[in-house]
Formats: sequence, structure tokens, C-alpha cells
Amino acid sequence: MAKINTSVRPVKMKRNTCRRLITPYIYLLPTIVLMLVLLIIPIIMVIRYSFYDNVIINKNPVFVGLENYTKVLTDTAFHVAVKNTLFFVFVSIIAHFLIGMVFAMLLNTRYLGNAVKGIFRVVYALPWMFTASVIAISWRVMLNPNGVLNYLLMNSHLIGEKLEWLSSRDFALITVTVINIWSGYPFYMISILAGLQGISTDLYEASALDGANAVQTFFRITIPQLKPILISLLMLDFVWTLQQFALIWMTTGGGPINATETISTYIYKQGFSKYQYSMASTGATILLVVCTVIGIFYVRQQKARD
Amino acid sequence: MKSRTIMKKVVSTAIVSIMTLSLAACGGSPSSEGGEAKSEDDGKSVTLEFQQWWGPEMPEGTLKEICDDFTKESGIGIELLSNPYADTKTQVAAGAAAGTMADVVGLDGSWVYDFAKQGSIANLTELMEDDGYDDSQLSAQIQFEGNTYMIPVVNFAYPMYANMDILKAAGVTELPATREDFVKACEAIKAYDSSIAGFAIPLSTESPNGIQNQVMTWLWASGDSMLESGKPNLSGNKELEEVVDFVKELFDKDLIAAGSYSMVESDMVEEFTNGRVAFMIDGVSHLTMIKDGNPELDFAYTTVPVKSGYSGTVGMEAANWGIGIAENCEHKKEALQFVEYLLSPEVNAKMAALANAFPGNTKAEPDYSKSDELFVEAYELYQQCETINEFTGLPTSEDLMRSFEEQLQLYLDGDTASVSEMLEETQKLWEPAFE
Repeated sequence: MAKINTSVRPVKMKRNTCRRLITPYIYLLPTIVLMLVLLIIPIIMVIRYSFYDNVIINKNPVFVGLENYTKVLTDTAFHVAVKNTLFFVFVSIIAHFLIGMVFAMLLNTRYLGNAVKGIFRVVYALPWMFTASVIAISWRVMLNPNGVLNYLLMNSHLIGEKLEWLSSRDFALITVTVINIWSGYPFYMISILAGLQGISTDLYEASALDGANAVQTFFRITIPQLKPILISLLMLDFVWTLQQFALIWMTTGGGPINATETISTYIYKQGFSKYQYSMASTGATILLVVCTVIGIFYVRQQKARD
Repeated sequence: MKSRTIMKKVVSTAIVSIMTLSLAACGGSPSSEGGEAKSEDDGKSVTLEFQQWWGPEMPEGTLKEICDDFTKESGIGIELLSNPYADTKTQVAAGAAAGTMADVVGLDGSWVYDFAKQGSIANLTELMEDDGYDDSQLSAQIQFEGNTYMIPVVNFAYPMYANMDILKAAGVTELPATREDFVKACEAIKAYDSSIAGFAIPLSTESPNGIQNQVMTWLWASGDSMLESGKPNLSGNKELEEVVDFVKELFDKDLIAAGSYSMVESDMVEEFTNGRVAFMIDGVSHLTMIKDGNPELDFAYTTVPVKSGYSGTVGMEAANWGIGIAENCEHKKEALQFVEYLLSPEVNAKMAALANAFPGNTKAEPDYSKSDELFVEAYELYQQCETINEFTGLPTSEDLMRSFEEQLQLYLDGDTASVSEMLEETQKLWEPAFE
């Protein structure tokens, strides 16, 4: 019978256990380091800046507590930005949802051939393929007072004089929102289409046998089956639209006056036009809090789904 | 099997190490960053970083040639960091915030106040005094608290462009010399063809320099000012009130191109190039672009019309490519040597001719024989005029233009009752920046 070295084995086992415990963290290390450098540290810095008087410009910034928050939250320009942002976000989300749903259902129909559906899938998804700058330039050209849209409307006798879509305080916010709706609905369409294709046909057959009409089928089967996807879409879209900057900046710059000023353009102007980096950080922190709350709901919803 | 596992571990560890090291390199200390001049051979040879947007705007390779000639002459290396204007602004601002600015930087006059106040660009007055440099040959110096922080290397004039085909067709025989003549010319153009606008004012809040280039330039043309002892003088400024009311008259008479409030400078240039606008005030730098866009276009340069009865020297707005030295530069003496080289009469003349601009050194004599006839015409106008740009060197000048623009739009739309009220409100918005 071989002799077992009892003193060496526990040490070896201990080392193996240690290795097993450490190994996953070594694999995770690059991601952790990247997240730390590119995400966590900048966020902490921005939050810290929001509690100081003008950082960067002032070499020795002084801690001012919540003073910047009081200034931002009582600034009438910020109130206008919040009001415009809410309009922009909610109208965009609702329109994204409705257009995305309608197009997804059209593309899911059994009355069209696969080739036709394939072509329309590409056509409908096109707006999502363009970058914000391409979208902004294209729409600026079309909406120019001498542009194609006014030309068509005037020749159709729908309008009597050229409309200034992006230059008028009455139209600018609605116009920018429409551009955002156009550029964002394909994300809903593609996701909902994927969801629709995953719904079992048995459910529709059973409802048909029960005598349910199209509306009842839609509200009792399609919507409940899509609910997890829809909640995720709405939450993600809320956060993305809330942060929309490039499209607004490149079409109207937040103007005319402050007609299309949103929280993101307000933050940009504070930072890169007024050089008030602390105020910009404060606005960004407020936006971060809102996005984090939505993020928490999103994660909870995902967990509940699992 | 065992060797494969070992290999996997080794490769994994190597990848982790490389990634970590690369990140560490990204976040290195300022001393190892781009802001430092590299010394070789125990400090005998110096290489300076020169960040600017000029390279992409000059004929390809010409800026590098100029820098290489400097290296041959002085033994000081120049590493060019060339990017478009907007990117350069962001990078210089980031460098200023982090203390990692390139040794020598291309500057716009509107950035100077903020960088100088921040202490990120060096006091050139002290450096020039230490070096015994004769600054009387410089066309301008941009100062902060009495000291120079930026020197314009080349200047770009902003004359008025006039579409001669439209003017002839509308029966306008002479280029307008006064504001009244200008209104009459625009009215004649409107009567000839209502789809053509007399003038264009880009007032998009995205890029509010329409206030500088297309509004204030009317004030400066007649030798008037928006400042008094370097502070805002808007409220109660009768000359400025007249200019604002003149702009309102143009809007009220529908003589301005539609879509002003979302128009940017490039839109205006496009409208003019396509013959939809008869007059515009714009930089001479766009001459080639307009000629390329519409070779058939017959246009001429003139000075900005002045107020009635004004007989003094006409003011012409000028923008420039300025140069400065970073405060964090370890070789300021060599950096100043490079600045002096770019501003020397011969090199400065060469740069001006290459950039279609006017020299920053008064003794420079650029050879414009190969330039467009219209450019020569613009140069002659520029020499007759007094160059001015009161926004240069002001604090947060872009924000000042934006707040003026917003108040102007409120006045044009009738939300503000009078011009005096509008200027009073703008004065209130401007004052905190000067405190």
C-alpha cells in the first residue's frame, strides 16, 4: 500500500481552490480595467466637479456643496430645456412605438411573399443605418425654405408660402421630433418583428377557434406576448432619446432662441460655450440620475423576466 | 494536454498584461504626454509639437515644407499635429484643461481670453522682451490684461460679395456705399425677382458667428464700437441701435433670405453661389470654393456700406490664424524662435500667398501674381480699410454672440418692444463674463 503524504495534499488543494477563485477575475480584468478607466473614473470626476465652483478654468476650485444644483434647478433656461426634452422624448417614444408596431405587423403578414417582405424590411430599416450627421444634413436640405418639401407642398397647393420648418419657433421642436421619430422607429420595428415571429401560431389558432376578432387577438395575444420586449424597448428608447444631442445640435443648435433647447444642448453650451464646466457637470449628473433610475427599472424588469 | 493548458494560460496572461500596460500608457503622466517637447542628445536637439488646423487648409504638404525649412535652419524639429478647425478647438481645449497642450498651438482670437485666464498659454510679451524681439513689425497682438498671448500669423478679410448679374438685371448700376443705398438695391432686387433675397444673415444658434460677421460688421464699417475700454457698451449705444434697427428694417421688408434662424455660414455661401442671394459678407477664403461651385458666377468685392455722412476709414472685419505657446512647454525659447520664423517677412509672405490670406507681418510682401484677380481686388480693399474684430480676445466670445443673437431674434420677432430694451437686456447678459 502506497504511503500518502497528508501534509502536502491540503496545501495543493488550497492552492487549486485559490487558483479556481482567482482565474475568472484574471479573465475579467481587461474589462474591469477598461470600465474603470473609461466609465467609472470619468463618472466620479463629473460628479465631483458638480460640487465645486468653476473647475478646470479655476486652478484652485472651492467646494460649494449643492450650490451648483440650486443654480441649475432654478435656471429658467434649464426649465425650458426640461420641458422641451419631455416633449421630445415622450412624443418620440410614442411615435416610435406606434410606427414600429405597424410596420412590424405589415412585415409579418402572410399575405406578402418573402421577396417583397425582404425588400421592405431593408427600405423600412434604412433610416436606422444612417449616422446622425447624415440624417441632419439630409433633413436640413429637404426642409430648407427653398427645399424639396416646400416645393412639393406649394405645388400641391397645400401651403401658400414657404414654411421655415427649422427656423420658426412654432415648428422647430415638432420638426426636430419628427426627424428623430424617422431616424429611430426602425429599432422598434426590427425588435417587434423578431418578437412577432417568436409568438406560437397555436395561440392565434386557439383564439380563432374561440371566435376572437382581429382586435381582440391583437390586445389579448400579440401585446401580452410582446410585453417583455416592449418594456425593454421603451426603457432603452427613453434613455437614448433623453441623451439625443447630435441630431438637435446639427439641425437647430437648440434654437431659434431656445425653442429646441434640450438638457443635452444645455449641458453642451454650459461646457463648451460658457466654459462653466461645473455647471455642465451638474446638468450631466442630473441627467445621469434620471438615466440610472430608468436603468434600475430596466434591470429589475429583466431579472423578473428571467 | 498539459502543455496546451499552460500555453493558454501564458497567452491569456500576456494579453491581460498588454491591455493593462496599454491602458497605463493612455493615462500616463503629463510629463510623458504630447505637451512636452522631446529632447534628444542630452537636450542639444529639441522637437516641438505644433498643433493647428492650417495644414488641411493650405495646399497639401506646404506647411510641412515650411516647418522642414525651419528645422534645417535651426536644428529644432517640428512635429505637426494637423486637424480640422473644430477638432483642433476641442483638442486644444482638452489639452488646456489637462495641462497637456502641444508646445506651439494655432489659436483663434475668440479662444485667447479663456485660455489665458486659465493660465494654459504663455505670456508672449515676456518671452519677446527676453528675446529682444521687435514686435513693431506685427500687424496685431491679441492681449489679455495688457500682455500678448496670441499673434496673428495671417489674416482673412470679410468684404461684401455682390452678384453682378443680379444687380445688372435689377437695374442697380452702382455698388451700394451707404446703408440707405443698400436697402434701395435690395428693394430693386426684390422688385425684379421676389425669389432672390437681397442679403443673408446666418443666425443659427449652433454657430452664432453671424452676429460677428453679418451684424456687427455693419457697426465696425462706420468706425463705431460695441465696447468701451474693453467692456461691453451696448445699452444706450446709439450707433449700435441704428445697426440693429437697420437689420430689423431688412427683415421687416422681407429682404433677407428665408430660414435665417437655422442658417449657418455654409448655407449662406451656397445660397450666394447658386444665385439666390445678391449680397453677402463673407471671408475671402471662400473665393475658390464659390468659383469651383459656380464658375459662371459674376461677382465682385466691395466694402461694407457705411452710415450716411460717414467719411472716415471704412472698417473691415478680419479673422486670423493666430499662434501661441503652451504654458506647459519646456522649451519656450525654441518655441518663440519658431513663432518668430513663421512671422519673419519672407516666410510670412509665403504663408499668406499659399493660404489666400493677408500677412501678419507688416513688412511681408506676398507674391499674389499667381492668385485670382478677385483676390488681388480684395487685398487692395483690405489695404484701404482698417481691420477690426472686437470679439477677438473677449471672454467666452461665442457665448456673447449667442446671447446677442437670441435677444436680436426676440426683437426681430416683436417679443422685445424696442431696440434699447433689447440692447439693455443683452448688456446684462454680457456683463458677468467681464467681471
